[in-house]
Amino acid sequence: MSAKLILREKTYEVPHGITIKQALKQLEIPLEEVIPTREGELITEDTHLKDGDVIRLVAVISGG
Amino acid sequence: MRCRKCGQKAVINMRHHKLALCKEHYLEWFVAQTERFIKKYHMFGRDDKILVAVSGGKDSLALWDVLWRLGYQADGLYIDLGIDGGFGYSHQSRALTEAFAAERGLTLHVVDVPGLYGATIPEMARLTQRGKGKPCSVCGLVKRHEMNRIARDLGYQVLATGHNLDDEAAVLFGNTLTWAAGYLIRQGPVLPASPGLARKVKPLFRFYERETAAYALLRGIRYIYDECPFSRGAKSIYYKQLLNKLEADRPGAKLQFYLGFLKAKQEGLFAPQPQEVAAQMHTCPVCGQPTTAPGKCAFCRLIERVEENRQTRNTDAAQAA
Repeated sequence: MSAKLILREKTYEVPHGITIKQALKQLEIPLEEVIPTREGELITEDTHLKDGDVIRLVAVISGG
Repeated sequence: MRCRKCGQKAVINMRHHKLALCKEHYLEWFVAQTERFIKKYHMFGRDDKILVAVSGGKDSLALWDVLWRLGYQADGLYIDLGIDGGFGYSHQSRALTEAFAAERGLTLHVVDVPGLYGATIPEMARLTQRGKGKPCSVCGLVKRHEMNRIARDLGYQVLATGHNLDDEAAVLFGNTLTWAAGYLIRQGPVLPASPGLARKVKPLFRFYERETAAYALLRGIRYIYDECPFSRGAKSIYYKQLLNKLEADRPGAKLQFYLGFLKAKQEGLFAPQPQEVAAQMHTCPVCGQPTTAPGKCAFCRLIERVEENRQTRNTDAAQAA
């Protein structure tokens, strides 16, 4: 009973029912540094995770 | 979360603006805001010929897309640095940039650095032993020179880059940590034209990095997602992460930091150093670009050393064989 968050090559499992913002906080991933997407659509951080959800996090920081 | 304009489902929430928008209204807002900043900061007009420096990344392609939609005369410049990094970084970013231009019928100028100067950027760094194992300083020098060269040779009045607010705040943060007064006085969204150099502008400088990425994604722009292999561990990324920690607790902190700096500069808080006021620019006898010291400019000296060291290596290799 969980949802998956994928950031680059890493996959994280989190309990469903919580929001993306809460999941990111648990995983210590700053919201400012990612854009959450589900099935190719951008979603906001207040979205509740459903069982079996796969959320791809698009990394936004670039530099050098 | 709902779109403030239409009540439909929002796709992005900008906490620092207390603004959530749906896809349609976000794209509309982003383009309109860019136009507003271009005018507010007197960046350029409809009659100016603009050269957009494009890397194949989200920011520069988003910028080019917006300028094209707004009807500006904006052509692209891609500089092929010959960086591979095990995944064909330059090859991929060039292909994405060329596809972007072709899909929109835009003019793209390509500078092939290895083809033109006989060495890739990492090879130049190795041959000249510049940059402590990283080619970033060589890369910056070559890119600046080539951007200026193409703008001058092809008659562009304005050179536009895709720097976003996070880029600018990170540079400001670094310069403030070291109190680099010379750099602080020059930092800003518009660098006026000077003899031999086009005006430099950063029309996306008020957007958070997250916002330019959202624009590119929502517009369906295909950009290079992988970072330059040499950017790993870069100070600028570390500064961005630090600033994002601040932003998490205080939405708007990054924007306030940078805009506060611009306001302070406008009010005369940063005075030019006496040596800078008196600095006289010279012209490089080889390439004709302005340089701070008499004689050849840093770029022409670099290319000369690349050539010399390559010949020495070739001779050594031939003798060893």
